[in-house]
Amino acid sequence: MATSPAVDLQDAARDLRCEPRPVVTERSTLRLFVLQVMVLTLLATLLGRLWFLQVEGADDYGRAAVENRVREVVEPAPRGEIVDARGVTLVRNRTALVVTVTRSELHAEPDRGRAVLERLADVIGTPAATLAQQITPCGTGVVQPCWSGSPYQPVPVGQYDASDPDGLSKVLRIEERREQFPGVATAFAPVRDYPQGALAAHVLGYLGPIGQNEVGTEQYAGVPSDGLVGRAGIEASYDEALRGTDGVKELLVDRLGAVTGSRGRTAPEPGQTLVLSIDAQVQQVAEQALERAIARARTIPARNGGGLLRADSGSVVVMEAATGALVAMASYPSYDPQVFVGGASAKEYAALVDESRGAPLVFRAVQGAYAPASTFKVVSAAAAVQSGDYPLGGRFDCPGVFGPTGQRNFDSAELGVIDLRTALVKSCDTVFYRFGYEQWQRDGGSSPVAEPRDPMVPLAKAFGLGERTGVDLPSERRGTIADRAYRQALWEQTRDNRCAGAVNPALDEQRRRANAEYCADGNRYRGGDATNFAIGQGDTLVTPLQLATLYAAIANGGSLMQPHVARALVASDGRVREVAPHVRSTVPVDPGLLGFLRDALAGVTQPGGTAAGAFAGSSIAVAGKTGTGEVAGKQDTSWFASFAPVEDPALVVVGIVSQGGTGGTVAAPMVREIYDGIFGTAGRPGALPGGRLPQQLPGAAP
Amino acid sequence: MSALLHPSRPRSALRQLDLVLLLAVAGLIALGSLLVWSATRQRMLDADLDPQAFLKRHLVNAAIGLVVGAIAAGVDYRSLQTYAPLVYLASCVGLVVVLSPVGRTINGAHSWIVLGGGFQVQPAEFAKVALVVGMAMLLSEHRDRRDISPRGGDVMLVLGLAAVPMALILLQPDLGTVLVLVFIVLGVLTISGASVRWLGGLVLAGAIVSVGAVQLGVLDDYQVARFASFANPDLDPSGAGYNASQAQIAIGSGGLLGKGLFEGTQTSGRFIPEQQTDFIFTVAGEELGLVGASLLLALLAVVLWRGLRIAALATDSFGRLLAAGVVSWFAFQSFVNIGMTLGIMPVTGLPLPFVSYGGSAMFANLVAVGLLQNVHRRSGER
Repeated sequence: MATSPAVDLQDAARDLRCEPRPVVTERSTLRLFVLQVMVLTLLATLLGRLWFLQVEGADDYGRAAVENRVREVVEPAPRGEIVDARGVTLVRNRTALVVTVTRSELHAEPDRGRAVLERLADVIGTPAATLAQQITPCGTGVVQPCWSGSPYQPVPVGQYDASDPDGLSKVLRIEERREQFPGVATAFAPVRDYPQGALAAHVLGYLGPIGQNEVGTEQYAGVPSDGLVGRAGIEASYDEALRGTDGVKELLVDRLGAVTGSRGRTAPEPGQTLVLSIDAQVQQVAEQALERAIARARTIPARNGGGLLRADSGSVVVMEAATGALVAMASYPSYDPQVFVGGASAKEYAALVDESRGAPLVFRAVQGAYAPASTFKVVSAAAAVQSGDYPLGGRFDCPGVFGPTGQRNFDSAELGVIDLRTALVKSCDTVFYRFGYEQWQRDGGSSPVAEPRDPMVPLAKAFGLGERTGVDLPSERRGTIADRAYRQALWEQTRDNRCAGAVNPALDEQRRRANAEYCADGNRYRGGDATNFAIGQGDTLVTPLQLATLYAAIANGGSLMQPHVARALVASDGRVREVAPHVRSTVPVDPGLLGFLRDALAGVTQPGGTAAGAFAGSSIAVAGKTGTGEVAGKQDTSWFASFAPVEDPALVVVGIVSQGGTGGTVAAPMVREIYDGIFGTAGRPGALPGGRLPQQLPGAAP
Repeated sequence: MSALLHPSRPRSALRQLDLVLLLAVAGLIALGSLLVWSATRQRMLDADLDPQAFLKRHLVNAAIGLVVGAIAAGVDYRSLQTYAPLVYLASCVGLVVVLSPVGRTINGAHSWIVLGGGFQVQPAEFAKVALVVGMAMLLSEHRDRRDISPRGGDVMLVLGLAAVPMALILLQPDLGTVLVLVFIVLGVLTISGASVRWLGGLVLAGAIVSVGAVQLGVLDDYQVARFASFANPDLDPSGAGYNASQAQIAIGSGGLLGKGLFEGTQTSGRFIPEQQTDFIFTVAGEELGLVGASLLLALLAVVLWRGLRIAALATDSFGRLLAAGVVSWFAFQSFVNIGMTLGIMPVTGLPLPFVSYGGSAMFANLVAVGLLQNVHRRSGER
C-alpha cells in the first residue's frame, strides 16, 4: 500500500527519535470506519425516536401525561323530591348507612371469601348463603336473589337509617375490624324516603340499580354504573329530570395518588323537584274508600250463587274533567314502597308479583284491562243516534230476551217501550242488543258488505279506546276494541293451533268440535259479536284510566284529554316548567248529544237509576253509569264511571272492583264515598272542596 | 517542517489535552447536574429535606471524578500497561466481594460494597475500565511494527479474560452491565483486526447464550418480565411495563421546547421511579424538550466523535484499542439507557454516562476519559 509522503516523513522522524511507528493498516482503518458508522447509526436512531415521541406524538403524550395526573371525583347530585299538588312531600331523600360487598375483592381471598361472608352474616343477620346469592350477578341460569347491576360494583347487602342505633352498631362492628372484612365497605348513601307511608305507591314507583346494558346509553347518560334509576311509576317516567347531573371535581395527583392540587370543578346540578297534580288528601280518600269497598264486597254473596264475592282487586281514578290532571290513582292490592329502598329481597319481590296474592305490584289503573260492560253504553247510544238510524227522541222496546240472539236482559227485566234516556238510566241491555244487531244486519249480517259501517267502532276509537292515553306513567296498556279487524287478526294468529286441536285425540268430542268450528270460520263477525260489542262485553277491554278520559270528554264538552300525573318541574334555581293540559282530539259527537248524555247519566244516580241506592242522600249531584262485567270463569266486575257536579263538572271518578259483583252494589257506593270525601258533607269538610285543584303551584319547594 | 528537524517542545499541559472532549464532558456533567437537581428537588422538599442534597453530592462526585480522571490522564503511558493486570485483579476481587456476604443490595441491585462513612462502591463500573485496559494490553503486545491480526489463541485469551468479570457480574445478576462488557469486547476485537469469522461466531454464541439464559431460567422473573413487556407494551401496564410507558409519556409530553426546568409535571409527580439514576434522560426530555434532549445527544456525540478521532490518530495499537474500547462502552451504554427511556430498548439497570447520579459510575467514566486524554497526549507528542 502506498503511503503518502507526509506519512513517510513522519515515520522517518519517528525512527530518528526511536519511537514506534504507528501501524495504521487498511484493515484497522476499515474497522474503525465500521465503528464510526455504528456509532452514527445509534445516534441517528435515538434522534429519530426522540423526534417521533416529542414532535409527532407530542399531543398524545401530552394528554397521557395529564391523564396520569388527573383523577376525577364524582360529586353526586341529590335526587329531586316529589311533592303533591299542595306541596305535601311524597318522596324525599334521607341518609342511610349502607353495607356493600365487592365480589371481585372477595374472590381474591384464598377461600373465595367464604369466611368473610360468614363473619358478615354474623354481624348483619342475613344468612351467608343468602349473601352469596345476593352478590352473584344475574345471568342465564342464575336464580333470584341476584345482583342486576355491574359485576364490578359493590353490592348493597344491608341498609340502615343513619339514626338507627342498631344499624349504627352493626356498621361500627365492621369498621372496627376492617381487616376481617376485605371486600366489605360501609358508606353513607342517600336513599328514598316516603313520609306519607304507602300512599300512592303505584304512582310514585321505586328505584332499582341500573342494568349493565343500560349504562352509557342515551337514556341514562351520566348515570354511573352503580347508580339507581327509576324502575316504575313517576320515578321512572321522570327519571332524567329527577336525577339531575352529577358534578365532577378534577384533582391533580402524583404517582402515589396523593392530591397535589385541583384543576377545576363542575358543580352538581341537583335533580328537579317534581310537583304532581295528585293531591295527597284526595288520594287518601280514594285509597281508603277502595279498601273499605273491597272489604265490604267480600261479605256480600255473589249474584249467581257460589258463595261470597271474592273482590280480589280494584282501582280508582280521580281526574280533572277539563284538564286531564290526575288527582288520585289508587290500585288494590297495594304495597309499601319502602320495600324497594336498599333493594327488595327475592322473597319480597316474589310476593309482590305473586298472582295468588293479587300481584300487588301491578298498577291496575293503567295496567289492568277489563271489559267495560254497560259503561260502554254511552258510546253505543251516541253511535246509534249519530248513525241516523235511531232518533234521539225515539222509543225502543226493552224485552227480557232479545229474540234474534236469545240474549237476556239483566235479571231478564222487561221494561216495555222506553226512550233512550231511560234505556241508559235503567241500563236496558236488549235495547242496545237491538242497536248492535240491526247495524250488523245493515252491514250484510252473515255476508258482510265490502265496507261495513259498524258505527260504534269508529266512535269507540274516537273516544280513545284501543289506544294508550299517553299518560306520563310507564307500562300503560292500550286495551282492545273487539271489532271485525280484531276478530280477523285473532283468527289468523290462533287458527293453526285451533285447527290442530280439532283433530287432537286427547281432547273430548265437544272441545274438538268447538276447535273445528273456530278453525273453519272463527274470523266471522257474528250477530252475537255485534250485540256483545254494543254492551261492552266480549273481547273489548279498557283500563280504568281510558274510561276516565272517555267520561271526561262527555263531561267537558267533547275534548279527549291526555291525562298526566305531573303538574310542574321546579329546578334548583327556581325555574319552573309547567305541564300544560293537552287536548288529544275533539270527539266527533254533536254537543247537543253530549248534553243529552250528561243528562241521562245524571238520572242514573236519581231514584229509578241503577245507582240510585248508592247515591241516596248525596249532597253532590253526580252523573255516572254502572257496569257489571261478565267474565268467563270469574265473578262479575263491578264498574262505576262518573263525573260531578252535573251542572259544571269538575272531576271524573272511575271506580272498579274486579269480582265485585254488580256496579250498583260495590263500585257505585265506593265512588259515592269518594265524592263525599272530596267535596265534603254536612259535618265533615271535604279534602278538595269544589273539586278543583289550586291554581297556584305550591310555595317554595320543601 | 520545522517539527521534523527540531525536537518539538513539550506543549503546555493543557494544550496536550483534547479540549473539545474536555468541554463536552464538562457540558454533560453540568447538564446532568441540573437534571439530577430537578429530578430530586420535589421529593426532597416534600420530605422536608434539603432539595439540593442530591445536587451537592453529584457535584462532589464529579469533582472527585475529575481529580481521578486527571490522574489517569497524567499517568505515564507505559505504566498504564504495567498496572493493567493489577487493576484487572483488583476489580475481580471487588466483584467477588460483592457476591460474598459483605456485599449489599441497594435499590434492588446486588452490586454494592459498603465502605462505611456513607460511602459505597460498585465494583462492576471499575470492571469496565479494567477490561478495556486489559484487553487493549493483551491484543497490542508485539503487534506493532507488524500487521498481525490476533490469532485464535489471542482471541481465546481475551475471551477468557473477559469471561471472569462477566460471570461474576452475571451472578449478581446484572444483565445490563454484562451486555456492556460484551459490546466492549466486540468493539475492541473488531478494531484489533480479528477475523470476521471470530466476530461472527462470537455474536452467534452471544445470541445462543441469551436465548438459553431465558429458557433455562437463569434470569430472574423480573428480568424476563422486562423483556416481555418491552416486546408487548400492553402486557402489564402497572408492572414491568409501567416505568417504560411512564418514561415515554414524560418525554413525549415535553414536546419541542419542554415544560421548563423544574416544571416537569411527571418529574415532580414522581411518576417515574429511579429518575435521578437510570431514567435521568426523561427529565431532559420532559423539561427541556426536543431541543434540550438533542443537546444532550449532541454532547454525547461529541464525546464519541473525539474518542473515535483519538483512536484514529493513536500512535500505537494499545492506544487505539483502548480508545475503541472506551467508545464502544460509552456508545452502547448510552444507547441502551436512552433507548430504554424512549421505548426502543428493554429496561435495564444501566445509568447514562456523565449524566446519571452515581459515584462509582462517575469515577469510572471520568477515568475512562482520562485514559482517552492520555492516549491523546501520547499521540500528540510528535
